[in-house]
Amino acid sequence: MNSFPTQSALDPAGQGAESIAQLFYWMSGGAALIWCLVIGLAVYAIRRPQAHHYRLTRLLVIGGGAVVPTVVLTCLLSYGLSMMPELQRPAPEGSLTVHVHGVRWWWRVEYLGPSGQPIATANEIRLPVDQPIEFKLFSEDVIHSFWIPSLGGKVDMIPGRTTRLKLHPTRVGQFRGVCAEYCGGAHAQMNFDVVVSDAATFERWLADQSAPASEPETDLAVAGKAVFSQRGCGACHAIRGTAADGLVGPDLTHLGSRLRLGASLLDNTRQNLRRWITQTHQVKPKVEMPAFEALPEDELTALVAYLEQLK
Amino acid sequence: MSAPEIRQDPPLDDRARRLLKAWETPRGWRYWSAVNNSEVGLWYTIAAFTFFLFGGVLALVMRIQLAFPENDFLTADQYNQIFTMHGSVMMFLFAVPILEAISIMLLPEMMGARDLPFPRLSAYGFWCFVIGGVFVCGSLFFGVGPQGGWFMYPPMTTEYQSGVGVDIWLLGLSFIEVASIAAAVELIVGVLKCRPPGMRLNLIPLYAWYILVVAVMILFAFPPLIAGDMLMELERALDWPFFDASRGGDPLLWQHLFWIFGHPEVYIVFLPSIALVAMIVPTFARTPMVGYGWIVLAAVGTGFLSFGLWVHHMFTTGLPGITIGIFSAASEAVAIPTGVQIFCFIATLLVGRVTRSVCLLFVLAGLATFIIGGLTGVMVALAPFDYQAHDTYFIVGHLHYVLVGGTIFPIVAGFYYFYPLVRGKQLSERLGTIAFWLMLIGFNVSFFPMHLTGLIGMPRRIYTYPAGMGFETLNLVSSIGAFILAAGFVVFLWDVLRPKSKQDLAPRNVWNAGTLEWLAEVPDKPWGVRSIPIVKSRYPLWDQENFVRDVDEGNFYLSDAEETLRETLVTTTVDATPIQCLRVPGPTFLTMFAALFTGGVFIFSTYHWWWAAGVSGVLSLVTILTWLWTGTALIPEKDRKDVGLGLELPTYVSGPRAVGWWAMFITMLGDMTAFVSLVFGYFFYWTIHEDFPPQDARGPGILWPLVSMACVLFAWAATLLAKRFNRQDSAPRFYGSIAAGATAAVVGALALVGACYFHQMDPTRHVYPAIVCALVLWTVVHLAVGVTMHLYCLARRAASRMTSRYDADIVNVTLYWHFMAVTSLITSLVISLFPLVS
Repeated sequence: MNSFPTQSALDPAGQGAESIAQLFYWMSGGAALIWCLVIGLAVYAIRRPQAHHYRLTRLLVIGGGAVVPTVVLTCLLSYGLSMMPELQRPAPEGSLTVHVHGVRWWWRVEYLGPSGQPIATANEIRLPVDQPIEFKLFSEDVIHSFWIPSLGGKVDMIPGRTTRLKLHPTRVGQFRGVCAEYCGGAHAQMNFDVVVSDAATFERWLADQSAPASEPETDLAVAGKAVFSQRGCGACHAIRGTAADGLVGPDLTHLGSRLRLGASLLDNTRQNLRRWITQTHQVKPKVEMPAFEALPEDELTALVAYLEQLK
Repeated sequence: MSAPEIRQDPPLDDRARRLLKAWETPRGWRYWSAVNNSEVGLWYTIAAFTFFLFGGVLALVMRIQLAFPENDFLTADQYNQIFTMHGSVMMFLFAVPILEAISIMLLPEMMGARDLPFPRLSAYGFWCFVIGGVFVCGSLFFGVGPQGGWFMYPPMTTEYQSGVGVDIWLLGLSFIEVASIAAAVELIVGVLKCRPPGMRLNLIPLYAWYILVVAVMILFAFPPLIAGDMLMELERALDWPFFDASRGGDPLLWQHLFWIFGHPEVYIVFLPSIALVAMIVPTFARTPMVGYGWIVLAAVGTGFLSFGLWVHHMFTTGLPGITIGIFSAASEAVAIPTGVQIFCFIATLLVGRVTRSVCLLFVLAGLATFIIGGLTGVMVALAPFDYQAHDTYFIVGHLHYVLVGGTIFPIVAGFYYFYPLVRGKQLSERLGTIAFWLMLIGFNVSFFPMHLTGLIGMPRRIYTYPAGMGFETLNLVSSIGAFILAAGFVVFLWDVLRPKSKQDLAPRNVWNAGTLEWLAEVPDKPWGVRSIPIVKSRYPLWDQENFVRDVDEGNFYLSDAEETLRETLVTTTVDATPIQCLRVPGPTFLTMFAALFTGGVFIFSTYHWWWAAGVSGVLSLVTILTWLWTGTALIPEKDRKDVGLGLELPTYVSGPRAVGWWAMFITMLGDMTAFVSLVFGYFFYWTIHEDFPPQDARGPGILWPLVSMACVLFAWAATLLAKRFNRQDSAPRFYGSIAAGATAAVVGALALVGACYFHQMDPTRHVYPAIVCALVLWTVVHLAVGVTMHLYCLARRAASRMTSRYDADIVNVTLYWHFMAVTSLITSLVISLFPLVS
């Protein structure tokens, strides 16, 4: 069975999420209190047999309906909107910047390497802890929405526009991100994994990711590389360092290093990789990738062996 | 279903017999030609409620799918269609229509009127609604339902969903929106002009105030959506790239247009239900409403504010902080008028001596539920929290607390309250109590957990979710709650439908209420009230002595129908002084046919059967013209008539004193709003592009649009002259000026089309030519309507159906042309001169 990390906004691990969760607890407490008072008053009004004085009730209308809400809302707005500048302020110049493109129904992720060259990956975002990270968000087709509940709020990805978001993780761990804007067919299965680690681990990972794909070493994997090329996988997928340079689907250069397959749908195991290639549409209905149901068993085994070792 | 049985005893006098004859409901198959508000209102209510049940079943199907993780009860396609339809049905086929249905049925009764001013328009609206609704819902059974969500965001719906689903949604619902606007016009004129003598603005029932506010909101909220629908359909059918970013369009324009409609929509469905509460609470508190003025102010204030909140549906689209802050604050502000209304109700209960009843239980349930929705609303209106909550189940929870608490529970209360008035029998208090507990418990069990489900990360509109993320239990609980809620509705439905022939008739004014609708006899008579009373109080049945007796004995106005024509009073807007005895038309099948043919235009267009659509369009035009020709602005047999109590009133008026003039004026305000939405589109593109119009784009030039403008202004002047010549009874000059006007209008239209044609504008290339062509299209269609009106007036005069004294046709057409001139002026100036200054 698959196991997924948290995607709860109430289990915050980022600055934005923390302050918003706190705001939520305050507001819930206040809301509960107000509800009890108003409903208590209404029940009292119905149960009490004798009539009340008209003038007193006018005070109630003015006080309860207009004055108290105005005061409460003013306080709430001052508290809530005071968070806005920090939430909206871009990460300082020189911060790590990640480009994320929403594509039906997966995520294209690009880091910038030390020399400014883009490092492509997909459906997985790794971040260093305790520093602000700037996200630039794009869409390649319909509107999506980029959301990592544990780290902070969401921002839409809109065709023709570039939107942005700053996140600031405060704790290491694994989290899950989702597409929050309905984007058709497989919207429900457009997710991604987020790994927050210490800066050194992150840098190591990024260096690994910037390298071209490792050459296959076993015979099986070498055969798999040939299958990948003969079956035309490279028309859609890129594997840096090989002839495969398709841009339609996710970059697979370091597929073996990823936690999950199919936009955070299946754990990255040999068995799941086989299922993904052959029963694509049972695993993820509506997905754009064609299923390779008729792939001969030996080719499949080789292909999986090749993909697995793309660490 | 049949008309309520007419009790014949005690024997009626001649006056009453004639009155009854005039208002008799047709029998047999002709029953369906009825146009009277009580019949149409009843059908409308039944139809809207049927759609509600359908939407409810869709919700249950979704709850089955979501009860377990990785469930395969539904496929992604099925689920996506079903949630789209659930939202669309509940909003467009239930929430808005039910308010119009109840208002059509009850508003005239609350104001002692015999009918609404345009009964055939209500009937037309009803048939449009049924046809459009069945068409839209039917698509689901063929697996071609829309699956873009009820918000239909492009470019998903313009470029990535090629089936007819989106077209069905766009055209089917536009058709229904037109019907909604028709009802809004009817209700506005009804409240403003068809009140009983003496019912000044500060005496009208709160329900009527609310409906007035809501109808005005419909008038300004629906047209932007219709304009949006038009743009999207143009993109889908003709590839005009309004929302395609690669050709200069912008998907966000749709979001603005949709939410300028969509947010007021929330209040459009909420306020009428609160209006029901405002009628029920004083009755059971046995005291007039505390803070009448405050409530009216609050309702008007809510209406105004609701147009300034739409951006809070777009907080996550990356807007600047200042915009978000302003809309956050405005959204919070709407809590204040809402709070005032709630406290007025509580204050009334405190002042009065409360009688318990199921109605009040549901009111209380509504209040308790709605306040939770309101409080979570205050939470999500705060942008930082919305960044997390937006598009999650928290919002699903929030909106259902608002809509079920603010709309459904009060409507159920209204059913229990008004059922005896409409059907003559009471619903069961025992069944009602059972239904109440089932609904209240079921609702909260179902929807309360959703707030948590959302915050632990479950987005909306997902057809499946994995196990092991904490979603399972909460979703299962929600699903169980949904079925308890549904059980409550089954009990309620049984209570409404169970045979009641053995049950005693309810006593007249069973709740001992104080407002005019409770004058209705049991069983009800089709005439509404025996005579139209003079009103001096907000609760005349409580405050005015011998009121019911005087009404029943025909001691007030219009207690007779000498000519056996259907008549009701028209009064002045503020003071309700009688100014006209209005003859309203009787039963006809024309409205049904007109709706069928109009529906044909929309339905055939969906499938691109242009020929059938064209034929249907011609037939619908002919039917509507026949309806107008035979049923409106009829020359009366006498100019004035005695309406009782020594008062003589004209039977025919034209101009601002006439209801027809008001209807035209109000309709054109709505029409203008749609046009302004298109113009907004033009300037929206201008704001988002650095060069708009783009350097290399072909525009319509300067000359032809200005020529067109000159022609249209000439046509407008000619129409004004025609009105004057008609008054002077100068037939040749009248015909001459009408002919000149119509010709100029045609030339004006051709000049606009020519401007696009000769400059080889290709609306598929870029959004600039597309939006220019859209403005031109709008103007040209309106010119065609204007010319049709010219020709209609020409024919009316030639057939002696319009004379110098009886000139309502040309007066109303002139009014249309005022708006036409403004439309043409704006279009021509914007498309020709604005590029020079931009």
